[in-house]
Amino acid sequence: MTSVAPESLAAGVFRRIGAKEDKLRTVLPNLPFEGHRKKERPNRDYDTNIIKTTKYTLLSFLPKNLFEQFHRFANIYFVGLAALNFVPVVNAFQPGFSLIPICVILAITAIKDAWEDFRRYTADKEINNMSCLIYTSTLKDYVEKCWKDVRVGDFVKVVCNEIIPADILLLHSSDQNGICYIETANLDGETNLKQREVVRSFSRVETPFQPEYFSGKIICEKPNNDLNRFKGYLETPNSKKIGFNKENLLLRGCTIRNTGEASGIVVYAGHETKAMLNNSGPRYKRSKLERRLNIDIFFCVGLLVVMCLIGAIGNGIWQTQFPELPLFEVPDENGNSTPPALAGFYMFLTMIILLQILIPISLYVTIEFVKLGQVFFISNDLSLYDEHTDSRVQCRALNITEDLGQIQYIFSDKTGTLTENKMVFRRCTIMGTEFCHQENALRLAAHGEADSDEEDRAAPHRELRGRLKQNHGKQNQKNLRRCHSARAYYTGQRRKKSVGLVDSEVAFSSPLETDVTPDKKLLKIVREASAQMDTWCMDGQASDSSYIDFFLALAICNTVIVSTATEPRQRVTEPPMLKPSTYSLEKLHYLLQKLKTGKISQAWTSNQSNSDQSSGTKKAQAIADGTELPEGSWCEVESNGASGGCIEKSCSSRISMESKDDTQGITGEDHVGSELCYEAESPDEAALVHAAKAYNFTLLSRTSEQVTVRLPQGAILTFEVLRTLAFDAARKRMSVVVRHPLTKKIVVYTKGADSVIMDLLETPSREYPEEEKKMKRTAAKTQKHLDWYAKDGLRTLCIAKKVISEDAYEQWSSVRLEAETAIDNKDEMLLETALNLETNLTLLGATGIEDRLQEGVPDTIEALREAGIQIWVLTGDKQETAINIAHSCKLLDQKDIIYTINTDSKETCESILDCTLEEVLQYAPARPASTGVLNANIGFTSPPVANCPTFGLVIDGRTLGVVFQGELQMKFLELAKHCRAVLCCRAAPLQKSQIVKLVRDKLKVMTLSIGDGANDVNMIQAADIGVGISGQEGMQAVMASDFAISRFEYLKKLLLVHGHWCYTRLAKMIIYFFYKNVAYVNLLFWYQFFCGFSGESMIDYWMMIFFNLFFTSVPPIVFGILDKDISAEMLLDLPQLYKSGQNSEGYKWSTFWIAMLDAFYQSLVCFFVPYFTYKDSDIDVFSFGTPINTVAFFTILLHLAIEIKTWTLVHWATMAGSILFYFVVSLVYCATCVTCNAPSNPYFIMELQMADPVFYLVCFITPVIALLPRYLFRIMQGTFSQALVIEARKLDKLDKHKKEKVLRQWKTTLRASDTTSPRSDMLSPLSPRYITANTFNQEASFSLETDNTRHPGKWKVNGADGPQPPQSGQMESEHNCTSDGNADTPKDHSDAFCLGHQRSFSIMTI
Amino acid sequence: MLIVFFLPHLLYFSSYWSKILKMKKDNKPDNTAFTQQRLPAWQPVLSVGIVLPLFFIIGLAFIGIGIGLLITSNNIQEFEEEYTGIGDNSNCYICANNATANCKCTLNFTIAQPIQGSVFMYYGLTNYYQNHQKYLSSRDDQQLAGETYYLKNPSQSCKPYQMDINNNPIAPCGSIANSFFNDAFALYYNNQGFLDEVKLDGSAIAWWTDHNVKFSNPSQTGSNLSQIFEGTVKPINWSKPVYNLDVNNPDNNGFINEDFLVWMRTAALPDFRKLYRRISGNYSSFMPSGNYTLEITYNYPVKDLPGKKKVIFSTVSWMGGKNQFLGIAYLVFGSLCFVMGFILLIVYAKYQNVEDNDD
Repeated sequence: MTSVAPESLAAGVFRRIGAKEDKLRTVLPNLPFEGHRKKERPNRDYDTNIIKTTKYTLLSFLPKNLFEQFHRFANIYFVGLAALNFVPVVNAFQPGFSLIPICVILAITAIKDAWEDFRRYTADKEINNMSCLIYTSTLKDYVEKCWKDVRVGDFVKVVCNEIIPADILLLHSSDQNGICYIETANLDGETNLKQREVVRSFSRVETPFQPEYFSGKIICEKPNNDLNRFKGYLETPNSKKIGFNKENLLLRGCTIRNTGEASGIVVYAGHETKAMLNNSGPRYKRSKLERRLNIDIFFCVGLLVVMCLIGAIGNGIWQTQFPELPLFEVPDENGNSTPPALAGFYMFLTMIILLQILIPISLYVTIEFVKLGQVFFISNDLSLYDEHTDSRVQCRALNITEDLGQIQYIFSDKTGTLTENKMVFRRCTIMGTEFCHQENALRLAAHGEADSDEEDRAAPHRELRGRLKQNHGKQNQKNLRRCHSARAYYTGQRRKKSVGLVDSEVAFSSPLETDVTPDKKLLKIVREASAQMDTWCMDGQASDSSYIDFFLALAICNTVIVSTATEPRQRVTEPPMLKPSTYSLEKLHYLLQKLKTGKISQAWTSNQSNSDQSSGTKKAQAIADGTELPEGSWCEVESNGASGGCIEKSCSSRISMESKDDTQGITGEDHVGSELCYEAESPDEAALVHAAKAYNFTLLSRTSEQVTVRLPQGAILTFEVLRTLAFDAARKRMSVVVRHPLTKKIVVYTKGADSVIMDLLETPSREYPEEEKKMKRTAAKTQKHLDWYAKDGLRTLCIAKKVISEDAYEQWSSVRLEAETAIDNKDEMLLETALNLETNLTLLGATGIEDRLQEGVPDTIEALREAGIQIWVLTGDKQETAINIAHSCKLLDQKDIIYTINTDSKETCESILDCTLEEVLQYAPARPASTGVLNANIGFTSPPVANCPTFGLVIDGRTLGVVFQGELQMKFLELAKHCRAVLCCRAAPLQKSQIVKLVRDKLKVMTLSIGDGANDVNMIQAADIGVGISGQEGMQAVMASDFAISRFEYLKKLLLVHGHWCYTRLAKMIIYFFYKNVAYVNLLFWYQFFCGFSGESMIDYWMMIFFNLFFTSVPPIVFGILDKDISAEMLLDLPQLYKSGQNSEGYKWSTFWIAMLDAFYQSLVCFFVPYFTYKDSDIDVFSFGTPINTVAFFTILLHLAIEIKTWTLVHWATMAGSILFYFVVSLVYCATCVTCNAPSNPYFIMELQMADPVFYLVCFITPVIALLPRYLFRIMQGTFSQALVIEARKLDKLDKHKKEKVLRQWKTTLRASDTTSPRSDMLSPLSPRYITANTFNQEASFSLETDNTRHPGKWKVNGADGPQPPQSGQMESEHNCTSDGNADTPKDHSDAFCLGHQRSFSIMTI
Repeated sequence: MLIVFFLPHLLYFSSYWSKILKMKKDNKPDNTAFTQQRLPAWQPVLSVGIVLPLFFIIGLAFIGIGIGLLITSNNIQEFEEEYTGIGDNSNCYICANNATANCKCTLNFTIAQPIQGSVFMYYGLTNYYQNHQKYLSSRDDQQLAGETYYLKNPSQSCKPYQMDINNNPIAPCGSIANSFFNDAFALYYNNQGFLDEVKLDGSAIAWWTDHNVKFSNPSQTGSNLSQIFEGTVKPINWSKPVYNLDVNNPDNNGFINEDFLVWMRTAALPDFRKLYRRISGNYSSFMPSGNYTLEITYNYPVKDLPGKKKVIFSTVSWMGGKNQFLGIAYLVFGSLCFVMGFILLIVYAKYQNVEDNDD
């Protein structure tokens, strides 16, 4: 539980004082100073590369650890009391004794800390001793040294697949272009390769890099933890400055890939590297239960004070009854007794020492252990283990497990969390014409079906895979790939780390994403367009060439890295043909000739023949599977349906195969069977490249200088890349500037969000009205299509291009260069130059990419909602997309009334909020204010009467900004509270966290945020529990999270089962712990009434310590870790059970005080039964204490036995073990301790007691009397209580068949009471609602748009259907597609689109 | 002990190491009943139907035990006489108010029913807090165990009865020893005007382990007790040195004097009795009814407490002295369980009916 950051920070501060004060760091090469003394070295002030993440050294461990432990208030309290015991006048025990418990506690914690620190130490040692190559001037070569020997200013060489030891400024790469690829998985978990470049003037050094001749001075920033920020310049001896940035920095912890070797100079080492500065340990959060507990600790303190006061006053009064010094009163040295008042004061302190255990000393340690055990079981849950990423649940925060059981609000990200973040190209629009890709949709639908029976087939598949791997090795890789395509669900989107494995997944994309079935109409157009290449060569503006341009843009305008499948990570930098431009140009001309003579069809026939080959492989796979392949079946369906020429695509998984053969036929070139793999920074880029590939625009290679694309005819074009303007969130677009190889024109391809691209389109000159009209129409149509896409839940991107003149480019380029070399304001300047270029674009078209819903999301959301959890979706996506996804994942119901608020002005926003709230309240007067209270009457009552519609609220980022600025938060919350679901679209990361904080603080609820991307980090950290999804978007969310899961659906079990268990277990354990201590300590308290309030204990002190530390400590721990009040199946079947945790039923104010009362009662019984038994006898103090101790022991254990709901072998063993342990220890202790523990010296007391029948008689009756009320209460509860938890427990015991029957019955009752069922008179005719809507329509300045077209009949069907298949969105769009021929009738379309979403009305204002 | 505490931790890391050793590549959790929380379990649901028999069984058992205990307790005969000497008509009034050493007074009493069986004689004190914390720790068990060093160097805990004014060690030191009960009794049976002494046996009245293990005199070969205790002084309140407590029986002297042992076993409650003697001789198994005379050597002051002194004669059973409480408690709670069982039965039956009708 270390956090490294603060220490290194402190170290940094210290160093800063010692070193220079300026903000820059100067690094000189070490070589000239080699052999010099340390003082003379220029870089001596900088950190070495030794890392030390340990907190302690051997020497500092004890003081430092103790110091840290005393930060805990309870520890100070106990040590204070122990110290008090050394004061003779107030001591209750032998002075040293009271140190024992606190010492044990401190020791246990210290051992735990030491163990953890030792593990860090060994890990550090391992890392420090890793080897790397450092240049020495003595040998004039790189020699192998340890990582810890690396110093700032050293020249280090890293070879392929090695891990980078420090932050190195890249000066040389074996790559001829001066590029080096690194994998940053260790740093941020992103598995795609990133490019790094050699510092500008060092690139293209023909001769091998010689560090001796390096004579520059490096000026860069001070170390900081921003991975994406690094800038500085290199000063050459002749005072020339060469700028560099983060593209030139190799980060520690990353791995070199695809590059033979790279070398550079170390700028940051050890703890100053960016990786280490980013490495902060787990955060400490305090759970709600623990906060509650701390309050109750104070109650305990209060109780303690009261009891001590009683003791003190009692002592004073007691003393006054003895006028003279009685025989038993021990006088002080002078033979006097202390005056009563002073004695009373002393007694107060003595009593605190005596009764200190009232504050449960071991509670904190026990809680820590219990949580450790809970974390162990959570992370070991097999059903939360994700097979294809090989990841379990990660519990990164160890101390908030029980919060999982109390969640009331979930804030979820959409992309990657609810959806898979697997981008699938769905449809596109080019120059205003929509291509719906019906076949592709069919394929995807079939894919979904294939997914559904995945479960049964997964196991044999794996087996098969293993076998194949062994038998055939590399050869069969293609077959294996086929295998994968059949089970796309399991194919790894995550590459295994080991590179050498044959079966390692190379591509990140599953076949689902890579296989795109081209639209036949579009394919035809493209084919024709490319056939007219020659005209296009002459005139870039030809109309049809837009199609070619569109696909070229898809293929070029990205940062995708191409590698081949056979040799993973071997980047394709060279196009297969070595003389690209000239050769291909020739070929192209040849080809064009050929095509012109009408041989296109032939070419495509050859294509089809290739499909035979692929079907052959398919067959092979079918045999291998030994079962009928669903893939085969849908294959058939498609070939029937699509009679056109593109059947082959449906089955074959790799387009490159046939395109390869294609080129074979024409160029005779063989591609060595390489399959191209695209590694993209964002999944949509890859999806677009794959889409282009489907139309035979295959991206073959990419370097920073050139990009090679194969055209449908097989011609290979190599574009010179002049500039790449990378994507950034501010611009929301990216551009590539290339020189067209044929026309030699400079073309800018831009791809970006529709909202920005549409604004940047060129304004056509007035001179060509025709042109202008056409363009406007195209833009309008495209916009319309874009709207459809969005409503259909697709992600949209616009593609545009621009041709600029050579001069204009030169001019811009020089400005750009300036910006790139600048140090100050570099980012602003880069942005500005980019904005300057991306203007006056010509719209080519737009694409729609589908982000598929993750499996199990609707179920999970439904279950979570039944569990009483409010789910809000906070997304950066478009409103329409968000609403659509919300519908398909059951977040919004078809019959929900959805309020949409989009406004810029505060006043409007306020009035909308007011009016909406008013309306909502009108509908929901019967709705209870808190949704939490569960109507428990399952058996008796008829379904509740409260029927009202449910509401959904959709709000966008702008409006949220208004809400936050305009102090409308409370109104917003008030409205949101009444809504079933809230959707925030277009929300910035900061807004997301604002919302979370708002809800958490103002509504005082437990919140959980779940997300997968860097943009969710804020909200993950803001919530009580942050859950990260370890998906495709890197590890930043996971790093910030408390729990990391790999799929959204795991949230269901994590919360409903583990959350419930953890909460109930811990709550009950804590209550029990309080009870235990109070019950036990009160025994001593009652005795004070009989020993003159003198602070005497009748129980031997060792036995008291043992009692708490050993005899009664393990059963509660086991109870806290293992007890199951309700089975996992029941918890999943009946999510309503979760509400008990939400309402904190396990640990309430009343629960605590009932436990206290019970403790008082039980201690009274445990004391007074032996008291009356031994009254007036000759019993001595400690013989009297032994039966009391024993009955208390039995009572306390049996009390736990009543609370334990599940008795496993472990429970039995610990219970029996504890009892056995008690008697063995007591007997042994009493048999050996003759004079070891004055004054009690309990020699032979236990033995004699156990020989006395009365002892057994007492031990038999006392626990029965003590536990009778509790037992009776539990029986009554078990018999007559209607609480769902108890009913469910009873149900658990029934046999399976009966259980299901009852469960079904309950569910209907519960649903009826929970989510209100629609009442026909209220909902089916919509008129009443309109009336209300209209009334406030008059006063407000916004329009109400109602969907009159909705067919009541259809709605009814929807409502009765119950669960709706998640693909409904798709189906609907396909429905559209069938009537696609009439693409020019937009009106119908929009209505059809609307059907699914505009269920009621929305309030729109601008 | 720590193993118990670290159990979860150990479990976790043992699985971790086993994974390392097996070179298990994947991260898949073990599919065991334990890790998946599927251990076979007994899940009792407490409800009236199940626990009703338990109530009746416990009720019956308790009533049975209670009756047995009451009978046993009733068979115990106990006879108690106070001799504090408060009030003018008390025989010991003079002794109580004039603190002369070895003041003698007599107490006459009548036993109406002959006492069967062996009879124990106790002395009792009330309102006497032997369990006071300071008092209780004012002793040195190591000195009493006969460790020679501690004989001369008593523990600090004995203060202020550790050393006398001349800085001589007190043996036995401490407040408990100092306040040693020093009344003596002789019992006579008034056999038709003729006083027949009832023999009292003072042996084996203390715990065997106290006598033989916990307490012992410092050993010094070839010297008698008085030589051994040379250099120490007697406790302030004592009239006789510790090696001369029992003049009649030289073996019953020093730290192992049985009366001393009994006193040193401090009473748990402020009203207590301590075994003084067992009646032996002719009356060892039968004390006839009639008049008895108790001759008291009155030394111990209790007037200031204000407490009482008494003597108790009692027979003992297997469950010790006379005590009705346990028997009554068993009876009451046995009956309570039984009644509760009936009530539950009735309520449950009605509830079942209601539920059945509902269904």
